[in-house]
Amino acid sequence: MFHPDDMFQAFEPHRGDSVVIVTGTAGRRWRDISNNEKRDLNVHGAMGQTSSAAMGFALAQPDEKVVFFDSEGALLMNLGILATTAGMKPKNFFHFLMDNECYATTGGQPVPNSQDINYAGMAREAGYAATYEFDNLEDFSTSVGKILSETGPVFIAMKMVPMVENEPIGMRKRSPVRSRAETIKVIQEELGITVA
Amino acid sequence: MVSQQAALLKPETLIEEFKKNGVTHIVTIPDSETNYLYELMKEQAWLEVVPASREGETFAIALGLIVGGKVPVCLIQNTGMMESGDSIRGMALDSGFPLVMLIGYRGWNRHGVITDSAARYTEPFLNAMGINYYLVEQDEDAPRISVAFEEARKNNRPVAVLVGDEYHGFNR
Repeated sequence: MFHPDDMFQAFEPHRGDSVVIVTGTAGRRWRDISNNEKRDLNVHGAMGQTSSAAMGFALAQPDEKVVFFDSEGALLMNLGILATTAGMKPKNFFHFLMDNECYATTGGQPVPNSQDINYAGMAREAGYAATYEFDNLEDFSTSVGKILSETGPVFIAMKMVPMVENEPIGMRKRSPVRSRAETIKVIQEELGITVA
Repeated sequence: MVSQQAALLKPETLIEEFKKNGVTHIVTIPDSETNYLYELMKEQAWLEVVPASREGETFAIALGLIVGGKVPVCLIQNTGMMESGDSIRGMALDSGFPLVMLIGYRGWNRHGVITDSAARYTEPFLNAMGINYYLVEQDEDAPRISVAFEEARKNNRPVAVLVGDEYHGFNR
C-alpha cells in the first residue's frame, strides 16, 4: 500500500493539461497538490455516481484528457460503470482507483471481500483498453507517465493506505472546498464551453 | 378488458422532437418496448446513443455531458426512474441545469384500474421530487416534449415526459 499524498505527488508532474476529477476521502488530498485548479472539476453528488459523470464529461470533450480518481467503495456502488465505459470506449478517459479496502469516511469498516477482490480484473474483463495494478509507490511513479500517454479507456488500480475518519460528521474539521457549481463555471470558461 | 389506443406515438415523432430541441445524446437503458426507437436513434448521425448499465447512471452521465456543453436526454422506464432517486436528487435537481427525462410509463392506462405499482407510484415519485411532468400518448401530444425543453431551460431544472404508450411501445 502507498499513501494518497505520495501517489498524487507522483502523478502531478505528468498531469499536463488534464482535467482532473476526484472522489472519496483520499481524493480530498488532491486539492493541496494540484498545480492547475482551473482544470480540477467537481462533479460529485450522488452515491457512487461521480465516475459516470466523469465519463460523461470525457464523452462531451473528446479532445481533453480526463483523469478520474475513484474510490473502491464508490465503484462498488456503481460497478456498471465499467461496462458502460468499456462500451463507449472514450479514448481520453483514465480511470484511477484508490483502493484502501475500507469505508474510510465511516470509520474504516471493510468493503465486501476487501482483500481478495480484483478490480483491475473486472475492468479488464469488462473491456477497458488497458488495466494496471500497483501496490507500491516506486512502481507507480515509474509507470504513471507512460500510462497517461496510452489510448483509453485505461483503468489503474492502486492499493492505498486508508485515511480513516472516526469523528462524528458534525464534529469534523473541513478545509474549504470549491463548490461543484464554482468548478463547473471555471472549467467551462477555461475550455470555452457554452451550455446549450 | 382494456382497449388499445387508437392513435400511435411514432418513434419518428420523438426523433423529430429531439432534433428540433438540439439533443446531442440519448443516455438510455433499452427495453423490449422501445427496440425500434433504439434502432432509429442509432441511425441518426447527429445523435449519439449512450447505453448505461443502471438507470441511476443516466443522470450522472447526463450531468457530465451537460457540463461538457452537450444536450442529453435520459430515456428510461419508470421503474428505473424510481431506482435512480439519489442520482436524480444529486446529479439533476441539485446541479441547476436543464434536463429532459423521457420516462416509459409502464403499467399506465387511461381506461381501467391501474394494477401495476410501477405506474401507481410514478407520479407521486415525481411530485415528491418536485419535478414537473407531461404525459405524451400519441403524435398529437408531441409538442409537449418541446414544452418540456422550454420549461427545463427556463427554470434550469429537470422536467419529465411520461410516455404512456404501452400498447405500441415504439415497435414497428
